[in-house]
Amino acid sequence: MAEKECELGDEQKKEIAKWFLLNAPSGEIQYIAKDLRSVLNDDKVYDEATSEAFPLYNKFHLICLELPCRSGDVLITPYNELEENQFIEPRTAQIVTIDHVKQACTEARPAADEELASPYVEEFRYDLFDFVYVFVETSRKDGLECCALDAEILKYVEDAYPKGVCSVYCVDGKDAEGPGCNFEFAVVIAAVRNSPKNFCNGSWRSVWNIKFKDDLQVLEIKGKLQVDAHYFEEGNVQLDAEQEFQDGTIFQAPDDCAISIANTIRHHETEYMGSLEASYSNLPDTTFKDLRRKLPVTRTLFPWHNTLQFSLTRDIQKELGIGK
Amino acid sequence: MEAALGLMRRIPPKHSVTALSALVSLLPDHSSDLLSQVDQPLQVLCDTESGKEFILCEYNRDADSYRSPWSNKYHPPLGDALLPSDELRKLEVEANEVFAIYRDQYYEGGISSVYLWEDNNEGFVACFLIKKDGARTAHGRRGYLQEGLWEAIHVIEVVGPEDETTRYCLTSTVMLSLTTDKESSGTFNLSGSIRRQMRMDLPLADGHLCNMGKMIEEMEGKLRNSLDQVYFGKTKEMVCTLRPPSEVVMRLPNS
Repeated sequence: MAEKECELGDEQKKEIAKWFLLNAPSGEIQYIAKDLRSVLNDDKVYDEATSEAFPLYNKFHLICLELPCRSGDVLITPYNELEENQFIEPRTAQIVTIDHVKQACTEARPAADEELASPYVEEFRYDLFDFVYVFVETSRKDGLECCALDAEILKYVEDAYPKGVCSVYCVDGKDAEGPGCNFEFAVVIAAVRNSPKNFCNGSWRSVWNIKFKDDLQVLEIKGKLQVDAHYFEEGNVQLDAEQEFQDGTIFQAPDDCAISIANTIRHHETEYMGSLEASYSNLPDTTFKDLRRKLPVTRTLFPWHNTLQFSLTRDIQKELGIGK
Repeated sequence: MEAALGLMRRIPPKHSVTALSALVSLLPDHSSDLLSQVDQPLQVLCDTESGKEFILCEYNRDADSYRSPWSNKYHPPLGDALLPSDELRKLEVEANEVFAIYRDQYYEGGISSVYLWEDNNEGFVACFLIKKDGARTAHGRRGYLQEGLWEAIHVIEVVGPEDETTRYCLTSTVMLSLTTDKESSGTFNLSGSIRRQMRMDLPLADGHLCNMGKMIEEMEGKLRNSLDQVYFGKTKEMVCTLRPPSEVVMRLPNS
């Protein structure tokens, strides 16, 4: 009788399964899924859990999938999702359909005009993108008016992130026809390094929201950076770091906006990287020492033979109120 | 079961309590295996008689009560409970006293407990536990950590003596969690656990306590270094690979 009461219902099992999937470190959800399937021993619950958890995980971790026909990559984010399973890839102007659980693209089609941003907005977006990726597509540059932001970010990411992928999406106001309208972009940068054979995985994710406020002629920039790393040989050690930023600049021509935004991003991210490094160098000498010293104050190993000496010292110290 | 342990290796250490209880509810038949093989953050109770705190673990538990190493009594009280033999208890008392001094020397604070109990074979098993809370609000003296926790569990199986030496098999687990406090860097949390084993055959000339103590000291030193250099070092290396610090950035060829 007690057994029956403790047994979990399908719904509860599914929620637990989803929790495990959503908390998988970067790049490890497939491994967790495999182990989970074994533990659950119930394919129906497993399938339900994966179909609900994978989309959330993929968008949160900004995963990068290869486009069909190897025409490039598409980032899966909350900012470029059109409908469930459909995402827009603005650089190549395609709409892709993906299978979240398999983490792969199933098909791609060119985007219709209504689905893309208006030429006015697109100009800003593309410039920013291009500046980051030193990768000139001459035909495109000739054909379109420079899409500034996309270009700038591309340049920056290629410079700073050896394996980085980036994209700029218009999240609001994409149909803005001309000056006088506000719109908003999201700049997404994701760099992932998975090395399961070396028992090490990590990811860097930056999301920058840029509000173009035409009425105030300013740009509001908000950024959030997240860094994870996981090392699991003989154990399980994880780094989890995150930081938010705010900044602003003036509304200018597409090219200049792009340069300004890319520089702001570059400045903050570089500074953050510096402070991460500082945190790491502080670890052994200061923070770690707060937990356990390398050696006692005497600089010798503990005298297991002769502890009488130590307990006397401790009592005397206490009596005289001597701290360390 | 292997899959369950696999999951525990990947879930972020800060969620390990939730993960373990989830696994126990999914696999009730394996619950005792899971509880003994997966290490959890250490809980503490206060011994009402001596006023000292002691650490809770599977090795001083009987039903829902826990035995204090200071008074040898169960909290909450339990009739007809498991107690170590008089001889073992004597060793246990000495071990707790000496280990407390060791703990003070290395940890400058914290709580420690040692539990001994008879094994089915020829020897006995000893469990040495340490819990150190280094947060600024607790014992941390240098004030860098907003949250900092070091927990060590050392289980030694002692078999023998046989032919003048006694065999000691040590399994050590260290669980660590650090959150630094610098306003400018947002949140920075580094946590994890590592486990290692060591086996030694030693003569009894210096006594069990001395043999076990030296093994533990050596192991803790190695684990601390490992955590520091290898583990933290590896995660730092990963971050620097993802985004090399500005001085190191090289121009990549156009793809």
